[in-house]
Amino acid sequence: MNTQDLAIRISDLSSFEGYQFDCQPIPGDVDVLQVTVGDYQEIPVFLSVTDTQVLCITYLFTEEEVIATRRAELMEEMLELNIPMPLSAFSKVGDRYVVFGALSTNSSIEDICHELITLTENAIEALEALEEFLS
Amino acid sequence: MSVLKKIMTAIRGGAREVGELVVDANGTRIFEQEINDAQTHLRKAKQDLTEVMAKQMQASRKAEATKASISEHEGYVAQALDKDDETLALEIAEKIAQLDVELTDETEVVNSFTTHVARLKELVKKTERQIKEYERQLSMVKTTESVQKASAAITDNFSSSNSRILSAKDSLERIKKRQQDNFDKMSAAEALMEEDSDKGLEDRMKAAGIGEQKTSANSVLDRIKANKSA
Repeated sequence: MNTQDLAIRISDLSSFEGYQFDCQPIPGDVDVLQVTVGDYQEIPVFLSVTDTQVLCITYLFTEEEVIATRRAELMEEMLELNIPMPLSAFSKVGDRYVVFGALSTNSSIEDICHELITLTENAIEALEALEEFLS
Repeated sequence: MSVLKKIMTAIRGGAREVGELVVDANGTRIFEQEINDAQTHLRKAKQDLTEVMAKQMQASRKAEATKASISEHEGYVAQALDKDDETLALEIAEKIAQLDVELTDETEVVNSFTTHVARLKELVKKTERQIKEYERQLSMVKTTESVQKASAAITDNFSSSNSRILSAKDSLERIKKRQQDNFDKMSAAEALMEEDSDKGLEDRMKAAGIGEQKTSANSVLDRIKANKSA
């Protein structure tokens, strides 16, 4: 399974669970696929494949955007919200807060698409829930 | 130090090439080498195991055969004694004594093979666990590297294509506005549909002479005539 393969198969699914997907490959050392779920262009999912996992990551906000005095509270909130969010978890990459989901490389295309949708919906809800901590 | 702890240290140190810092200058190659070595050992251990198990089965069969022979001969001794032939009985007994010695030797061989098999099985299990552990650690390092590289690729892509990543608040606002627009459009469309179907119904009722009738000249005349005759 590689990103080109996934790009083709995801695009082939004209619609899944009511959503459409737009795939854009991002070339680099590691192949990344930028997938826009529905018309949520602001929060694309970045998909990459390793030996064992398919990683799906959506950016939420940067360290800069966090109100410094409320940072500790924000962390706690994210930890507590991790379990209620299905198939996704909060994480930090560099200075970016993200939600991510990891699937086995043996997952079906439907599993992956379901993850992409869930991740996007969770990202929106997360932004709404954590808005108060952002400047 | 566990790999996760090393990754933590590396990230705190702002390491770009996490793989290098975690496992010396060779990056993930050291783990991959360890996994290869362990897999070679595993293959050898499994091969040895199969061979020793085969030998154990052979030795076991031999011992069983000897045991059966001993029983058989004990039967013959009984028969000889029945016939009061002590001499014959003694001869057979000597044979049994011989078989006993053989059985002892054979049993020892079986036991040693059994121990060997147990040891090899344990080694196989241990090696399989070791391989799984290396793979898990390798996965951690590879994933960290992969995410860092992907992140760099994404950032590069965005800066080269001149499209800014919006701030979270702006993104959220745009999303909510679009959701509201879509919702409004849908509500308008639904309302329009309802109107159309209502209007269609009205027309049909009117044609059939039901419901609120627009006053027509005829009906006015009828009304006046009725009043007049009343």
